Amino acid sequence: MSDKKDIHEDKFLAPENRKHVVIGPDGEEIHVDPLNDYFCTDMPKVEKPYKGVMEKFLNWARAESLWVLAFGTGCGSIELPPLFSPRFDAYRFGVAMRPTPRQSGVLIISGYLAVKTLKRAIRSYEQMQNPKYVIALGSCTINGGMYWDSYNTINRLDHYLPVDVYIAGCMPRPEAVLAGFMKLKERIKKGDAEGANEYVEKLDWYKANQKKIIKDWNMPDYNW
Amino acid sequence: MSLFTRILFVLLGLFITLNWGLIMSGIIRKIIARLSMRRGIKVVQPYINLIKNFSIRSQLTHGVMFYLGPVFRLSGGVGVFLFMPMIYGSIYWTNFSFTGDLILISYFLFFGMLGMALGAGEGGHPYSAIGIGRGLAQFTAIEVPMTLAIISIAIQYNSLSITEIVAAQQGGIMNWTMVTNPFATIAAMLAFLGMMGHSPFNVVMAPQENPIGPPTEYHGTFLGVLQTNRAILHVVEAVLFMNLFFGGATNWGILILKTFLIYFYTVFVGMVFPRFRVDQSIPWFFKIPLVFGILAIVLLII
Amino acid sequence: MNELINHLKERFPIYDVVESTTGPTFVSLDAAKLIPMITSLKTNHGFKILVILSTVDWIEDGKFQLTYIINNPDEKTDLGIRIFIDRENASMESIHKLWVFAATFQREIKEMYGIDFPGSPGVDDQFLLEGWDEMPPMRRDFDTKKYSEDTFFPRPGRETNDPAEYMKQKLYPDE
Repeated sequence: MSDKKDIHEDKFLAPENRKHVVIGPDGEEIHVDPLNDYFCTDMPKVEKPYKGVMEKFLNWARAESLWVLAFGTGCGSIELPPLFSPRFDAYRFGVAMRPTPRQSGVLIISGYLAVKTLKRAIRSYEQMQNPKYVIALGSCTINGGMYWDSYNTINRLDHYLPVDVYIAGCMPRPEAVLAGFMKLKERIKKGDAEGANEYVEKLDWYKANQKKIIKDWNMPDYNW
Repeated sequence: MSLFTRILFVLLGLFITLNWGLIMSGIIRKIIARLSMRRGIKVVQPYINLIKNFSIRSQLTHGVMFYLGPVFRLSGGVGVFLFMPMIYGSIYWTNFSFTGDLILISYFLFFGMLGMALGAGEGGHPYSAIGIGRGLAQFTAIEVPMTLAIISIAIQYNSLSITEIVAAQQGGIMNWTMVTNPFATIAAMLAFLGMMGHSPFNVVMAPQENPIGPPTEYHGTFLGVLQTNRAILHVVEAVLFMNLFFGGATNWGILILKTFLIYFYTVFVGMVFPRFRVDQSIPWFFKIPLVFGILAIVLLII
Repeated sequence: MNELINHLKERFPIYDVVESTTGPTFVSLDAAKLIPMITSLKTNHGFKILVILSTVDWIEDGKFQLTYIINNPDEKTDLGIRIFIDRENASMESIHKLWVFAATFQREIKEMYGIDFPGSPGVDDQFLLEGWDEMPPMRRDFDTKKYSEDTFFPRPGRETNDPAEYMKQKLYPDE
């Protein structure tokens, strides 16, 4: 936790996140240190899965009830609404959209990811709770796609977030996205999709990669 | 019947209610899906969602009230159930109903909302606060015509006991409150639309403009408890209206049929009408259902 | 349009007039005369709308070209005004007093090209690039490919083909 001090003196820290004093209604002074008061500074732990039949049963439930965080990053986010239209109807596979990261288990990185968006995607991913999965949509997330030499678009998503399923294409059609969901279900049922624990185990490596490109790191190391 | 047997039957009834609530929401979602030419979710999808939510490994808390919010909500739902006579004429399924249970139940309907407001308020998410503000404002507006209808029925049957109100409605459809006191029925059924939170009055949880309102920060087991409560509460509220206005039920088959129809009526209205904003829905409750509620009382007194 | 151009020619040192039947007419101008002319066009000639403010980097000439496209909604005509400023310590007068939202264009140009607009509100704030500490990325001497390779962990195995050659090989291998 040596980084904690550096954050406070960071020039990128937003004014409302710096230490400041609030005058209360009775004139008393309240010292506020937002990064310690408003954010949880604990680091995540590896949550061990159960063993045997119990974990298989829970994995079946997790696979049959995939709640997707409604967070679109690039051009691919326009491929997701048709999934829930009568033609493709992802509901029948247990896929549903949730508007808050707390309740969702699947983060779809839909297309190219600018550095600015990556910061938000990391925050969203870290706010999701432990069995969580990442689906990467489109060739931009695999090797940068047509933005491979851009100054502001990442090339490989798996250096920043643990990816479970890649769906290739530019853009993949909703059928391909459905196939990706099927693949993710297989992985979950087999017990391979432990991306959340993998992220915690290799947290230092992921954080180093993230901080290399997010130069205005003005948030806690792990955004609960 | 010993107290132990009674508790056993109450728990069994709670179990049946929970399962019927989950299956009913699955069936309703399936019907909505078929209406919009989709295959829709599996009927057992609510069960799977519930298991999944209880299997989330890591959980966060924002404080004591954050824990207590879902607990209060659940105790609101279970509290309504505990004092609700489910089946008329059965000694096993009357739960703990007593002579003044109607008052207690209308209190419990509001209790869960308040507990949830405290809990979600501690979550600290701005959308929770917005959702709570809208929810409490709207529910207060719902309470007024609802209470007027209940008072009207109490005057009509000279009783505050649900069992006695059901008993007075036995003997054919012409004895139901729906026929004998139509204005109270209209006022209460319009208020019921707001209580269930389907489309015209779902701005509290509006997924598009105010992502899911109060439970924004709730996840995992907390959300599982909230879902459990919703399944129970939806059935029990439908049972309350069935008992008050539609002649009650003499066995589980009739109860299931009537609650399904009463619940489906709110969904049907929700499919047809678009969403009200809060500043539209509150005046609406103070206009149409309130007028019917006052009419119901005035006509009875005359 | 011709009348307007002739009128402008009398009053301002414009040169290099490019007329087009489909797009806007472009004129070039000294940077120092831009504010008087664009103010006159806005107040006297009905060019009320700033459509876009864009930049071209002429690295060979050591110049930045700023293009102001303004629109006359009554006559449905567009006029593009080009000015050239030096690449070294590039700076230009701000037009945010004529159009408030021009400050946003200027902020973006400051970030992407490093052209300063003194006095423009919020011109030094970061716009799209958060925490950028390199050369402004849209300048042509910024090697975006090298930067990307150094920064973004390129996945090995990418092959680049000339599209014309590649299609020829694939579709007509005999020729």
